[in-house]
Amino acid sequence: MSILVNKDTKLIVQGFTGSQGTLHSEQSIEYGTNIVGGVTPGKGGIKHLGKPVFNSVHDAVKELNPNASIIFVPAKFCKDSIMEAADAGIKLIICITEGIPTIDMLDVKRHIDDLGIRLIGPNCPGIITPGEAKLGIMPGDIHIPGSIGIISRSGTLTYEAVKQTTDLGFGQSSCVGIGGDPIPGSSFIDMLKLFEDDDKTEAIVMVGEIGGSAEEAAAEYIKNNITKPVISYIAGQTAPAGKRMGHAGAIIAGGKGTAKDKIEKLKKCGVHIADNLVSIGSKVAEVIN
Amino acid sequence: MNLHEYQGKALFAEFNLPVSKGKVVFDADEIIDACNEIGGSKWVVKAQVHAGGRGKAGGVELIDNPQDGVEFAKKWLGKNLITYQTDKKGQPVNSILVEECMTIAKELYLSAVIDRESQKIVFIGSSEGGVNIEDVAKKYPEKIIYEGVVYGDKALSENAENIAKVLKLNKDQTNQFIPMIENLLRLFVEKDLSLLEINPLVITENGDLHCLDAKINIDSNALYRQPDLAEMYDQSQEDPQEAEAAKNDLSYVSLDGNIGCMVNGAGLAMGTMDTIKFYGGNPANFLDVGGTATQQRVAKAFKIILDDPDVKVVLVNIFGGIVRCDLIAEGIISAIKEVDVKIPVVVRLEGNNAEKGSQILSKASIKIDSINNLADAAKKAVDFAK
Repeated sequence: MSILVNKDTKLIVQGFTGSQGTLHSEQSIEYGTNIVGGVTPGKGGIKHLGKPVFNSVHDAVKELNPNASIIFVPAKFCKDSIMEAADAGIKLIICITEGIPTIDMLDVKRHIDDLGIRLIGPNCPGIITPGEAKLGIMPGDIHIPGSIGIISRSGTLTYEAVKQTTDLGFGQSSCVGIGGDPIPGSSFIDMLKLFEDDDKTEAIVMVGEIGGSAEEAAAEYIKNNITKPVISYIAGQTAPAGKRMGHAGAIIAGGKGTAKDKIEKLKKCGVHIADNLVSIGSKVAEVIN
Repeated sequence: MNLHEYQGKALFAEFNLPVSKGKVVFDADEIIDACNEIGGSKWVVKAQVHAGGRGKAGGVELIDNPQDGVEFAKKWLGKNLITYQTDKKGQPVNSILVEECMTIAKELYLSAVIDRESQKIVFIGSSEGGVNIEDVAKKYPEKIIYEGVVYGDKALSENAENIAKVLKLNKDQTNQFIPMIENLLRLFVEKDLSLLEINPLVITENGDLHCLDAKINIDSNALYRQPDLAEMYDQSQEDPQEAEAAKNDLSYVSLDGNIGCMVNGAGLAMGTMDTIKFYGGNPANFLDVGGTATQQRVAKAFKIILDDPDVKVVLVNIFGGIVRCDLIAEGIISAIKEVDVKIPVVVRLEGNNAEKGSQILSKASIKIDSINNLADAAKKAVDFAK
């Protein structure tokens, strides 16, 4: 088992023929992901990477019946692209693009929630179920199939957690980057629920960072609902208040959202804390064994 | 991106919100004309900087003689204003806002932000204005209301009435307040704001609502569709290194340590800073070099890091995802040569082709400490910095 994606995932790519769409689609196909086609307005009818291209998600859905879409279109078109995929009936949408205006995401979030659609991202590395399907921009070869579920707000930080759990032989059931934006499509809690119900996942690694209160909310949820061990690392312990640390979401505002507060709350709720980035893997080993 | 008060008030006026008659001046000689144009016999002169707490720092003055305004302008223009919200250098004053003087009966607080928990725009209102709202939140939480709203929703006037109650507005004022909230929300959405604060919102001696201050922050991701606002960018209010980095699409924040950091990815950059601290060192900066660590970007990043005279060593931490580490290694070597880096450089490469990358680094004609393990690389950098 796994969460969200597996070998049965039939994926279309929005922004298929662009440079990012092409590069990452090639790598995903090489990994074994079942990409059935793509969408680029105005290029319908051609073949790209051996797959059919359509003018709209609607057309692609009619012909290919996909169950997931990944979006690589530029930020200014993302709102329309996500809405289009949602309205065409795609139930799992992954948006990799960063830099989407927050006002756009407020509308998007309300719309997809109304329709009951799962959106991962934006501004995220995507999802991978090792050995089955890679829907994202992560390097496939650091992953091995295994028992750890990984959720993270950051890209390269996810890879770090993946590498450490791979090196120690645990491997991953699935890894999800939920993205570093203020209004993400899915939250830690959404993913914790899925990992709790997944037979293959033995333990969950949650990589958080400063800003907002998503980790605090997750801590409360874990205390009441999650029976599997959760290991957490929070980045930004040395970040100053009031400064935005790269991610639009990573800012300590009005004394709220500090790493210290998050770690204390997580500890209180029974989460195991890796106090250093380099000790995520060893903490997992300590908890599992 | 922050706006100055005078720019924010121009937006307020555009959206039919009540603001004082005023004029911004960039030269002390223009003050007298400004006072005459505004009319009346009393004026307020306000130093324009991207920071709050100006009043207490002497950056706001009440005058009843235009000549006093000239003195005020001469005192501040070209100088830095230091408030509790600025760093110890303060922010440069390049303009002064001259306004008609209002007689105030009561000061209130009103702001709007995008709230991550409720995933809505939330108005925050309080009957206690003109003071630090965070203090009010601590001491009198019952005097603050957080009202989530949805643009275009029918319930908006109801939302406004809920806030009006906490602000203790009478019926006339509530009738002014409802369209005010509607206009503020329209401004927020149409202009892609991420924060808007009016502190204080006042009740004048005539019992009318009036916006005495305007603090506006615009979502930088939306500037492409807000060309008029993008033009209001004032680089003088930014840290020069951070502004230079932003021009090159690098995300940089200056800190007070001595270990320069260059990392790909914001999360990993924060994690690297934490690791340095964990082993007893102090990071000099946060720097996210981005997903594609090409030679040009790495060279630019080295230049920005080395502009900080405190930096004694640079720790480069790259997790090669899609980008191959051997290419990154070559980029790093060329960049170090190009920038002529004279201090120790510790490089940790991991991921795609990492071993090949490390080999290239260790064979380089310049000395680079290539260490595969992040903990060891951080320890090495901390040693160099001692």
